[in-house]
Amino acid sequence: MKAFLKPLLVILVCYLLLKIGVPLVGSILHPGTWPVIPTGVMKMYVFFIVTGVLLMSTFSDEGYDALVGPIVDLYTNPAKAMLKLVTVVLVGALGAYITYQYVKPTFDAPVELRSIHPAPPSSIKAFGKRFSLQKLKNPFRVEDKEQLAKSAEEGGIVYYKNCYFCHGDKMLGKGPFWEGFNPVPANFVNIGTIAQLTESFVFWRIATGGPGLPSEGTPWISAMPVWHELITEEETWKVILFLYEYTGHNPRVTKEHH
Amino acid sequence: MMQIDSIKLHLCLGAGCSVSIKNSFGKMFSRAVLILISLFIISGISTGKSSFLADSLVSPVFASDAQPADSDGEATADGEAAAEEGPSVWAPAPPPKLEASDYPIVEGWNARISVWIVAQLHLFFAAFVLGVPIFVWVIEIVGFITKDNRYDRMAHEFIKVAMTGFSLTASFGGLLSIMLAVFYPDFMEYMVSVFGKTMLIYALLFFVESFFVYTYYYGWDSMNDGGKKKMLHLFLGLMLNISGMSLMVLSNSWAAFMMAPSGLGADGAFLGNVWAAVNGPLWNPLNLHRFIANIAYGGSLTAAYAAFKFISATTPEDRAHYDWMGYQSFFIAIVGLLPLPFAGYWLTKEIYDYSQQMGITLMGGVFAWLFIIQAVLIGAVFLSANYYIWCSLGRTNGADRYKFMIQPLGLVIIFAFLVWFTPHTLVMTSTEMSQVGGTHHSVLGPLGVMAAKNGAVNLLILSTFLSFQMFSRSNTEVVGTGFWAKNGTAIQIGLYTAGIVNILALSIWSYFIPAALRIGLSIPQVVTTLIVCVVAMIIDMLRNRGTRDIAEMKWGNMPIRSQYSLFMLAGSFTWLMGLMGYCRSGIRQHWHVYTVFRDNSTEAFTPTLPYAAGMVTLICAIFLLLILFMFWMPMLASKKKKEQPQPDSAVEAG
Ligand code: HEC
Ligand code: HEM
Repeated sequence: MKAFLKPLLVILVCYLLLKIGVPLVGSILHPGTWPVIPTGVMKMYVFFIVTGVLLMSTFSDEGYDALVGPIVDLYTNPAKAMLKLVTVVLVGALGAYITYQYVKPTFDAPVELRSIHPAPPSSIKAFGKRFSLQKLKNPFRVEDKEQLAKSAEEGGIVYYKNCYFCHGDKMLGKGPFWEGFNPVPANFVNIGTIAQLTESFVFWRIATGGPGLPSEGTPWISAMPVWHELITEEETWKVILFLYEYTGHNPRVTKEHH
Repeated sequence: MMQIDSIKLHLCLGAGCSVSIKNSFGKMFSRAVLILISLFIISGISTGKSSFLADSLVSPVFASDAQPADSDGEATADGEAAAEEGPSVWAPAPPPKLEASDYPIVEGWNARISVWIVAQLHLFFAAFVLGVPIFVWVIEIVGFITKDNRYDRMAHEFIKVAMTGFSLTASFGGLLSIMLAVFYPDFMEYMVSVFGKTMLIYALLFFVESFFVYTYYYGWDSMNDGGKKKMLHLFLGLMLNISGMSLMVLSNSWAAFMMAPSGLGADGAFLGNVWAAVNGPLWNPLNLHRFIANIAYGGSLTAAYAAFKFISATTPEDRAHYDWMGYQSFFIAIVGLLPLPFAGYWLTKEIYDYSQQMGITLMGGVFAWLFIIQAVLIGAVFLSANYYIWCSLGRTNGADRYKFMIQPLGLVIIFAFLVWFTPHTLVMTSTEMSQVGGTHHSVLGPLGVMAAKNGAVNLLILSTFLSFQMFSRSNTEVVGTGFWAKNGTAIQIGLYTAGIVNILALSIWSYFIPAALRIGLSIPQVVTTLIVCVVAMIIDMLRNRGTRDIAEMKWGNMPIRSQYSLFMLAGSFTWLMGLMGYCRSGIRQHWHVYTVFRDNSTEAFTPTLPYAAGMVTLICAIFLLLILFMFWMPMLASKKKKEQPQPDSAVEAG
């Protein structure tokens, strides 16, 4: 019996770690949130934990018998007919419950496969011009350190006049308005945003904003404004410099091809 | 191989009528004929002008004045007649701008789906028949050197399994080229105008390969004298592999060109240097990834074959034999598997470098979701591999000393696996999103990035290797008193610990440095893994001088359920390939040749994920059925030979 219960116990502990442990850690990192694991991911996690634990306990014949033995016994031992009946009913009820959860109507909006960083188009229209993103470079990223610092500083002014309200004074995506938006404004300090993008990508995202996203970026839900209608091309490049200078990230660079 | 030629002939015969028919079918046929005839003409040029391969490869191909005006026979007449329809095709010209109506519609056929299915089946079989001869040859050499006849027998049996595959590979290849000519005539015209020369070499290499396949296979027994004749046989095997590899790198160059064209002018016109078109930025990454993947894939399929035979075996000798064979194939598959993620990353990195847009489509856009399935499958491969190794402990005589390690190892593997497939972008309901506080998950988010995945995959690899080392020593006991026999294990424990600490530390550190450097960090991680594996293996060898086998290995003493992990391995590999093949092809989106030649057919949309996954599943199912059939057929033959009624083992196995 011990050999039978041990795998179940391991699975239970893992499940609790995911169900409660992860949100707990998250709520310590970011007070006020309770970051549960999304259902889709949770299902995959649990599936592979169960599979893995079963594999771990059945590689030897003793382990296999210890696990399967009680089940076989339950189904074949006449003395356990009552227990068998209860088990069958319980397993059936569990199946029914899961099915019910699947089919019952909900008022949740359907989940969407949203790509935060969808592929950019090869060229974009902004500031009344067409830009080919493939070859686009930041004209203010120059060798001269002093010049660079000056441009970045000017970019800083642009940032605090326009972007701060959403992206925050420390660029953590927590400006005064952040809670009002879903998706939330990007956090530039996190390595998942500008740190892994090229400047031309960032230029595209700023110039055309949420509405400029392709359909897999669900453009209609992003609150990011279309900045080419509000600031100049020069200001856009300078604010990009500022984003990188402030966070200490370097833009991604791609190899030259001819 | 034969098929292609008979088809060419057939089309030539049909060419006479093609000019008069003015419907789309006629146009289509005349184009197909044009392509094929040009192939013949070019072959005339290349053999006439220069017989030196490399020279002809780098020289301009389709100079319009090189078309021989006076070559005799039907070919020229038809060629000219067909060419009347448009300007000369062979002058360097940008690819045409096609309309949807330029794509022939064949009633009852969906062009894209047909080509998709047939191309993928061709790739499956090709990977199999290219992979198997590589390790067959290596095993044959091992048998030749060690004089252990079991290796020779096994190599022979492996190649026997692959033999049916050869004709199927060629059949699907023939079908594919016809389908491409029928459904995408303009595209093929363009590809021929760039690669005509290498396509001819490709077709000729078929003959070379089939020559070596047949002499290698049928000559096996008669050349098996352990001396000079065997050396000749090994030479045939070498040539078989060389011709096979040449075939692969040639066709890879077309696929690579379609993704990342090179050797073209600004308007997409071919500049005339075939070598420049062949040697594009993705060619070598693709060559490497496929070369390794083919070995792993071949190993996994022969392992599935052995499992199939093991389950249907009726005598203890057969069980022992197929258990042993399954183990060896499994070993090959795993040796191939371990370096694959790295080759995969190199390929992806080059895609990124070639085009940021394409890279993001692959890893960040719609296709990113397929990489989650890929990650899950790779994890499943690792899980089943480890399970097989753990089950293998049952064959040994001293496993009880090591069984305690399996629980912790298993947990590490599961944990690394969960990190490995944690998606970068999470799919959440709106309730979940408000609980999480946005789209960025503060705990899972950091696990979704490369830094975490690199750490996880290296841990997976190390744990799998550790499982394997545990198995390989569980049948031995220390008797010697040498330094390594006494201290080897302690040093290995230290080595593994240092390796794991280093990998984890690098992963954690890489969160704090810029993207460009971060990608570079994966290299020391890989190197750590490799060093630990290699050094631990060397220590094992030194240690083995002071050990002896406790008793004979109990081959055949494996539970049936372990064999299903071998099926699982083959199935996951197949699915993986299908999926990745689709990714590779799909990220071109609406381009035949990326950014150069637009695909304007009505089918040039990016399918939804369920549609694509469904297609891939369908193709895998077809392939696996064909493979099952291939496994089953030799059993028919051997049953006749034995001439005794046996229980129908194939049915039993199913
Ligand atoms: C109204 C609020 C708001 C303002 C003001 C705003 N943003 Fe945004 N920004 C967003 C939101 C919302 C997103 C989308 C996050 C997502 O798509 O997940 C975003 C995304 C971005 C991104 C894309 C990051 C990525 O990883 O793809 C960049 C770059 C950006 N903003 C820069 C700026 C700059 C520069 C300014 C000022 C000129 C600015 N934003 C002003 C709300 C805002
Ligand atoms: C254990 C890990 C991996 C396995 C087992 C694996 C396996 C395979 C196989 C079998 C193929 C088909 C090869 C062929 O067509 O002959 C393939 C192709 C491909 N792989 Fe991987 N791969 C692995 C890792 C990766 C990774 C990590 C990436 C990228 C992040 C990757 C990207 C690709 C791509 C883009 C292709 C398409 C190439 C093609 O089919 O032409 N692979 N992979």
